Amino acid sequence: MSLFYFVSFLSILFSLLVIFTKNPVYSVLALIATFFTFTIQYILLNAQFLAVVNFIVYMGAIMVLFLFVLMLMNLNKESEPMKSNLIKVVGVIAGGTLLVTLVGATKMLQTSEVSALPNSDIGLVENLGKVLFNEFLLPFELSSILLLTALVGAVLLAKKDKRTQNG
Amino acid sequence: MESLSGRKKVLEQKPMNFWERIYLPAIFRGMGITFMHMFKKKETIHYPEQEREFSENWRGMHSLKRDENGAERCTACGLCALSCPAEAITMIASEREKGEEHLYREEKYAAVYEINMLRCIFCGLCEEACPKEAIYLDGPIVPADYLRKDFIYGKDKLVEMPITELEALKGAKV
Amino acid sequence: MEVAFLIEKTVLVLVLFTLTLSIAAYSTWLERKVAAWLQDRVGPNRAGIFGLLQPLADGGKMFFKEEIIPSGANKWLFIAGPSLALLVSFLGSAVLPFGQNIELFGRSIPLQVTDINVGILYIFGVVSLGVYGIMIGGWASNNKYSLMGAIRGASQNISYEIAMGLSIIALLLVTNSLSFKVIAEQQHGWHWNILVQPLGFLIFLICSFAETNRVPFDLPECETELIGGYQTEYSGFKMGAYMFSEYINMFVSSAVMAVLYFGGYNYPGMDTVNELLGPTWGPLIGVVVMFAKIIAFIFFFMWVRWTVPRFRYDQLMDLGWKVLIPLAIANIVITAIVITIVDKL
Repeated sequence: MSLFYFVSFLSILFSLLVIFTKNPVYSVLALIATFFTFTIQYILLNAQFLAVVNFIVYMGAIMVLFLFVLMLMNLNKESEPMKSNLIKVVGVIAGGTLLVTLVGATKMLQTSEVSALPNSDIGLVENLGKVLFNEFLLPFELSSILLLTALVGAVLLAKKDKRTQNG
Repeated sequence: MESLSGRKKVLEQKPMNFWERIYLPAIFRGMGITFMHMFKKKETIHYPEQEREFSENWRGMHSLKRDENGAERCTACGLCALSCPAEAITMIASEREKGEEHLYREEKYAAVYEINMLRCIFCGLCEEACPKEAIYLDGPIVPADYLRKDFIYGKDKLVEMPITELEALKGAKV
Repeated sequence: MEVAFLIEKTVLVLVLFTLTLSIAAYSTWLERKVAAWLQDRVGPNRAGIFGLLQPLADGGKMFFKEEIIPSGANKWLFIAGPSLALLVSFLGSAVLPFGQNIELFGRSIPLQVTDINVGILYIFGVVSLGVYGIMIGGWASNNKYSLMGAIRGASQNISYEIAMGLSIIALLLVTNSLSFKVIAEQQHGWHWNILVQPLGFLIFLICSFAETNRVPFDLPECETELIGGYQTEYSGFKMGAYMFSEYINMFVSSAVMAVLYFGGYNYPGMDTVNELLGPTWGPLIGVVVMFAKIIAFIFFFMWVRWTVPRFRYDQLMDLGWKVLIPLAIANIVITAIVITIVDKL
């Protein structure tokens, strides 16, 4: 349990760092660290598959792209966009609303009994696969079709137009 | 366009067939060639122990020659210094005293004769300019050193060994 | 957790760590030797007999070199880059089985640090993290060439990870498990996976060349275009860390290929050997076989390096996206069809 609190403390710390660091690259690195703490949380829940997939997809692929783009943009003080007072006011209002919502939500929370998992192996690949391909087959396949469309779209964008190839 | 010289060759590029297009056979053939090289004779010469023979027109370290009686041939005329494109040679001339006839062949000789080996480009012009056949670039490779001043070679390193000493050395070896 | 278990694992980790380090160190020696052999030379032969002390000499040299941190560089990230690269490359070997369970002091000890349920995916994740070391180091150097190298490294790794993953999926259809131990045990004797997945192995091999940034895919650090790529500004031990991580990556991916496709510690006739030598020495032969396979793969990496020239960047991307990925998908489909037919029969 103490490990859980420690890791949660780290996730909160790193997610605060994401917001408060001045350098955008540091922000992304902190975000990577945040995702890493999530991976640890998954492992603590014995969800190995989810942990590794989170590790590969979020830390290994998506954040690399984030970092990639940020490094190419070369953000620094000179190129930082102007922050007018209006934007600051809007930011305060939006942030305040979020805060109110969060506080309201936490007030509604109730502590429940600690529910033990019926089967500690539930997070392993085999069980996950069985659930995905039996109970949730339709939503699973639908989401895969969604991904396929995105894939085809990307290929279409990348493909050269035959007519303009020689031009 | 018609080629004027008549020697123009048009390179025919055939479209690659299937095996050429997947590249793998070509890669494996290349790897076979490099693998066979593992068993070939090694070309390495282990330098300090073995030395490669110098070619006939090799120009290495200079040596100041002696005549058949063991007297230095150089007369400090300065033609070598004049011809040197890198200005690597300097000398101080001095007159032969009485009783030094066995040491120096001419009445004038080089009291100091220095070649800066860092400047020298081993072109051999000094050799060609010398009227007394006193300087030849027939030595080995100039060795490396740590300090710049150590590359200025004086007469102690340049002048050939006297014949008597050479013979003494040979006798000691035999 | 008993004390014996802890001791057993600690010893295993330490042994594996030392082995990885020394194999990486001697890979630098072997690299130069292989290069020399293939070019009709002798290679390093002055430090010790056959130049065997060369890695020590190199290490000493690197240790005494001046550590330069460029004034325009981001100091912390500049240090973090090589550290991360080295750290991540070490992580991989944790899930690899190096032998059958061995009997020592009356205990059956698995020669694997940990047998996690999703071993292959773990390796995959670790490999995908490896790119951060390159990216952070390259960006923090504040040098155009470094940044170019870092960006090339990142895009290359991401592109080839896809083909690699797809080639593994076909293998998983055959093995039905993500655990290295199970996969290794399945290939008992001569039932190596290469026999059922030759195309998958070829794709995996090409991708692992790309993932380890070795020639012909060494675009992140290609000297002729980018000076030194992401390691342009590095000197001394930080450069050594990058170099070491490259060799450790090579070791880990060789081991992965050996386990996944070439039977790991299995060899034909292992049962009779095990019966003859008993449960202590028999598995040890298996360990030797495993390392022989790994070293053979490392040799293969070097052999290719000194034979094949570097790809152009667009050729690299074409090969990854237009050739390997479709091939890997075709491989999955064929494997699935064959498995279904075999199951029906």
